[in-house]
Order: sequence, then structure tokens, then C-alpha cells
Amino acid sequence: MENKKNASEDHQWLYSPSLESTSHIEIKDKYELFINNEWIAPTSNKYFDTINPADEKVLSKIAWANAQDVDKAVKAARKAYDEVWSKISAGDRSKYIFRLARMMQEKARELAVIETLDAGKPIRESRDIDVPLACNHFFYYAGWADKLDYAFPNQKTESLGVVGQIIPWNFPLMMAAWKIAPALAAGNTVVLKPAETTSLTALKLAEIIKEAGIPPGVINIITGHGDTGEALVKHPDINKIAFTGSTQVGKAIQKALVGTGKRSTLELGGKSANIIFDDAPIDQAVEGIVNGIFFNQGHVCCAGSRLYVQENIAEKLVEKLKHRMKSLILGNPLDKNTDIGAINSREQLQTIEKYIQIGIQEGSEIFQCEGALPANGFYCKPTIFTNVSQSSVLSQEEIFGPVLTIQTFRTIDEVIQKANNSPYGLAAGVWTDKGSKIFNLTSKLKAGVVWANTYNKFDPASPFGGYKESGFGREGGMHGLGAYLKIIK
Amino acid sequence: MSNLEVLKTYKLYIGGAFPRTESGRFYAPVSKQGEVLGNICLSSRKDLRNAVVAARKAQGPWEERSALNRSQILYRIAELFSDRKEIFLKEFQKQGSSLEEAVLEFSTTLDRIVYYAGWCDKYNQVLSSVNPVNSSHFNFSTCEPMGIVALIAPQNTALIGLVSLILPALAGGNTLVALASENLPISAISFAEVLNDSDVPAGVVNILTGKQDEIAPIMASHMDINALISSDLGAIENAIAEACIDNLKRKFTYTEDFNQPESQGLTFIADLQEIKTTWHPIENIGGSTSTY
Repeated sequence: MENKKNASEDHQWLYSPSLESTSHIEIKDKYELFINNEWIAPTSNKYFDTINPADEKVLSKIAWANAQDVDKAVKAARKAYDEVWSKISAGDRSKYIFRLARMMQEKARELAVIETLDAGKPIRESRDIDVPLACNHFFYYAGWADKLDYAFPNQKTESLGVVGQIIPWNFPLMMAAWKIAPALAAGNTVVLKPAETTSLTALKLAEIIKEAGIPPGVINIITGHGDTGEALVKHPDINKIAFTGSTQVGKAIQKALVGTGKRSTLELGGKSANIIFDDAPIDQAVEGIVNGIFFNQGHVCCAGSRLYVQENIAEKLVEKLKHRMKSLILGNPLDKNTDIGAINSREQLQTIEKYIQIGIQEGSEIFQCEGALPANGFYCKPTIFTNVSQSSVLSQEEIFGPVLTIQTFRTIDEVIQKANNSPYGLAAGVWTDKGSKIFNLTSKLKAGVVWANTYNKFDPASPFGGYKESGFGREGGMHGLGAYLKIIK
Repeated sequence: MSNLEVLKTYKLYIGGAFPRTESGRFYAPVSKQGEVLGNICLSSRKDLRNAVVAARKAQGPWEERSALNRSQILYRIAELFSDRKEIFLKEFQKQGSSLEEAVLEFSTTLDRIVYYAGWCDKYNQVLSSVNPVNSSHFNFSTCEPMGIVALIAPQNTALIGLVSLILPALAGGNTLVALASENLPISAISFAEVLNDSDVPAGVVNILTGKQDEIAPIMASHMDINALISSDLGAIENAIAEACIDNLKRKFTYTEDFNQPESQGLTFIADLQEIKTTWHPIENIGGSTSTY
């Protein structure tokens, strides 16, 4: 890897590469399905490649589960539920989950490197955010297993049974943790299906599950494409489906569940507003904007992708933002200097590029960082659009990439209306130095998570989830337990 | 002096007014005893749309009222409802209840209103949390109403089913567009008159009468309704559930017998709440700690 430099004239700093070593990790040539704590070859006999999006090299071959395989996994989960997990004491459930959390921490470095290789996200993010949050999520929910009565006082709760869980590719291990940990704590067993481009850390987690001695069948991990997920959704012996992904797929799943009596929680798309007032600490706000939209290449459901800037500071703020963008380092995700890693897949890169073209055609003004992109792999320059109208495709649809639209506003009322004018309602950001203004905004913005003077913060104790078409149910915190329990009225 | 009775015309309740259906249509439900209950408005799609517009307009101001104020308004409903006992007993009997059944439905309904009136300023304390996050942030989660709730009243009761679902939605700061029981609609409209006299702002509750099979699908596919609640809809249940998915309406089906005193509780309120989590950094500069 050659030295990276920033293209702008005022930032001629050279960085020596600082690559995270991959010598400490082990990726098998081929992965089977993880059912009953055993590695089972798929009856389909089919495998697909998982590649490193940073250089397009094949990392491993992954089993492609069909409906028959899904059935095996569900049967294993049902047996484990009936015979083990619903029978052992809540205290023992708790101890098993704690054990899992600790063993993940022991292997944190390996998990982080594999996450970066498979997903394309900067190693700094995998190492400092994804993996610690995943471990902490298990650690947090472990303690809930024997305290469920305190979460719903004066009400009785029951576990649901077997839960099918389908997760996206943007935070592969963290999403697995968000799904598995509360489900287990609440007394359910699970069948988890990772996204097809990012199966590896879930499969490493499977190794840890086995090593930790979690009873066979309690957690089953089946890999595959959309048809695998569909088979899971349609399996008659599933009690609940938990899905994180696009609104389009979420609605299709919800339709498939009609009349089956299966429960569901959906964590879907977003087009979150990030609002900057003229009294905001402007340099911090610029950092917040960058973190809001360029974190994880913008592959974040709650990304602050609609920026609203109060008109009287717009010019200055956009100038500062452009200046800051010029110092973002795009390149090898394994390099500890890297701010912007690889786009997760070729398909996603094409989607993002399509939206950028739409933005140009709609007459919005584009600004991108200069400099060449790496020759191989999928990369997209951090991109902002100014002069964007509220009705434009760019400011209405979720792009799921490092693309920001910027609009201005004059009054609080105006920005509340603009921010809420979206079918989504996942998150929002507010930047101002005035406390009363913060509370005015945070109480009127229709979104499940509101960050005031910060953005894109996550925590196991903090409930996360959307209003409106961003889905329903919460993940994280005490409220996250409700998604995996039947509450007896 | 003439003793000739003056008959009441039962109309819709939309935006704090009592219009007839814009469609000009009516139907004539018949009681168990075979008595025609009246020429009841057969609501149309347009009536529903008008009701949703009224509810959306009322939503912001209603949810932003203080919880104490909402509580007092709900209690006021109970006061006026109690005051009109004779009217409701007469109507329940007209719709087929025995006197004993009518008295029981009335008193259960009254108790239910008082029960939920008392929840308005409490559920948020019970359901909210301050979350101890692993970073220097103050983080808390509170409830917010979902917004406009479409309600298809249980068919088997004149009022207790309707009220058992209106009140928890209202207590939680939602607005409602409700469809009365198709065959037992008249006390629903008399209840609208109670609401109208009880400081419930115009548009917060809207009540339509008509055919469940006609109105329910329109409710389910309306893009500005946030949630849909009902008892089991039988043959149309799945079609309604599917139509709700277009804008991801939250849908809840309640199979409780609302005549039972225990068919009430916090979950009816909680089902119609969104959890909002707010983060704010805590400044942590210097070495000073809270130790003294």
C-alpha cells in the first residue's frame, strides 16, 4: 500500500501506512451451517464466495442454506427450547450469556480484523465500536435473564419460543449481538441468518458459542441469500421474526407473516435529519455532521443524511465542512489511518452512484473530495449536495452511502416541519447551545432516537428503533426485552 | 300539551361537529327485539378522510397538553357520562340489553373511564427509563403517542368495547378515528355528545357509523393513520392486516371480553406509544469529582 495523502493543497500531510496485522486471525476456506453446535454441510451442496470489498479477493466459501436446512435449524432450536433453554434456571441462562460476552472480548481483535476484511469498514470502527458494542450487548442482557420481573412490574411475562432473526451487512457482528442477546435473556432460542456479503463474524461467533459450551441448538446460524431468509420467515414453527434491513424487505416480511400468528419486530430504513442552529458550537457540529453521514461509509440506517442548517450560518458551515472533508482519508480499511473504508458490495456501490447521478440531474450542486480511488475494490468519495429541494429524490430516499444533502432553514417551526416531512422516523440530530431549544426540538421530532449535540452514539442500555416506516419495536435497554417476551395483560 | 316524542337524529362526530355523512346514505340496524334503531349514517371514504384530517390537526396540540390537563379532561368525561346515566340505560335497552345488563355495562364503562383518566400522568413515569450508557452522555427514553389511531369497535357491545379502546389511546395522547359497532351504533353517538361537552378538543376523537366491511379497509390503507386497533375482525382480519403494512401501521387485535372489570391495564396504553431515546453529552472537563 503506497503512502496516502490528502488531495487538497492545504493538507499536504503524508501518512505512513499503519496496517492492522492479519496474522492473528483464522478464516477457514469453507464454512458450513452451524446447527446444534455442529458444522453441517448444506443439503443444497451449494456454497457462495464471500469477498473483501476493499480488494475484491475471495476470503472464504459460505454454505447456502435451502428450506430443508432451515428446517433442520428450526427443529434444533425447538428441541433446545423445549428440552433445555426453557427448563434451566434463569440464573444459568444469565451465566451462559455472560460467558459468551467474556469469550468474545477475549477474541475481540480477531473479530475486529475479520469484520473489517469482510465488510470493508475501517479497522478503527470495527475495533473501537462494532466489536466492543457487540460484546457489551451480550454482557448487558446477560444480567437481565434472571431479572425480567423487574422490567415489567405488575405484569407477567413468558418467552416466545423459537425466534428467526435476519440481519443486515452494515454492522454484521453488532447486529448479531443486538438480536441474539435479548432473545436468549428472555428465554428464547434462535436461528440467525447473517447477510450474504458479511457472514464471517457470525460464523466466528458460532465457534465461540461452541467453545463457550452454550447448549446445542440454542443458537443456530444459517448462511445464505434472500431465499434462505424467506424460508426462515415462512417456516411454520417459528414464533417470531426479528428483522433489520430495508423498508422494502421489511414490508415483504410483514406481508408473509399475516395470518400466521408469528410476532415481528422490524428495524428498517431512515432518512434522518441533522439540524444545526446558528448558536451551535460550529466546529463540534462539523465533526457531528461528518460522523453522522460518513461513519461506516454512510451504511447506517440512522445516518444523518439530511442536513438542515440555519440560513445565516450556512455559508460558513458548508465551507468548514468541505475543509474538514478534505482531510478525510479514504483507503484500505485495515489501515488505522483510514476514515472512509470500502463500500460493502458492488451492488451497493452502484446504488449509491445511481443516486449521485440523480442528484446531479436534479440540479443540486455536488462537492466531492478530490484524489484517486484505489484501483480495486468498491469505493465512493464522501459526497455532499447543496441547493437541494425538499421534494427531491435525494432528500427523500434512503441512499445508504456517504452522500449528504444540505438544506437551509430560517425558523424552528420551519425546520421541525421539514425534518418530520418523511415517511421515515428513525433518528434525528440537533445542534444548539440552548437547552430549552434542544428540548423543544427533541420533543417534537418524530424519531425514535434523538441525538442532541452528538450523533451516531449507541449503547446496549439505550433503546433504539423507529417511528413510522422505520419499523417498530426497540432494541437495547429494558425496552428491548419487550420484543422477545409475551406480556400477559 | 302534547306528549309526542321528539326523535333524535344520530349523526357522525367529526372535528367537534355532528355532520351527516357526506354521502347522504343511511342504514337501519335492527335490535335483537326486532326494533329499528333509526336511520343511521352510512359513512363513506370521504367521511373517514375528513375525520383523519380533523384528527391530524388536533394531534399536535393534544399530545402537547400537560398530562395533568389530559387527565382532568378524561375525568370530566366520566363526570358527564355519569350525569347521563338515564340516556345510556335507555339506549342500551333499546339495543337489546336487559336492564340488569344495561346497568352493568354502564357502571363498567364509567369505572373504565375513571381508571384511564388516572393513568394520564403516570404511565410515562412507569414506562420510561434513564439509561446508564457506557460513555459521558445523559440518555433517557420516554413515551410519545403514535398519533392517529383508527379504532374498529368490537361488534358485540354498544359502548364498553368502544370506550375500553378509546380511553387508553386518549390517555396516551393519541387522537382517534373510530367506527362504532355496526349493529349497535347509537350509544356511540351519544357518547360522542358526552365527549363534545367534556373539554375534549375538537378532532381529538372522531366517531363514524357504518359498515365495518366498507370502512375497515379504507382505514387500513389510509397513509396518515399511524395505528389500527380492533377486536378480531373475523373474515377480513388478514386482509386488514395486510393493508396496514403499506405505511407500517401498528396493528393490535384485542380478544378480551371488555365487560370484565379486569379487561383494562397499562399495556393498552403502552401498545400505542413509541419509545423515544434522547442523548446529550455530559461535559467532563478537569479532575473534579462528585466526592466531597
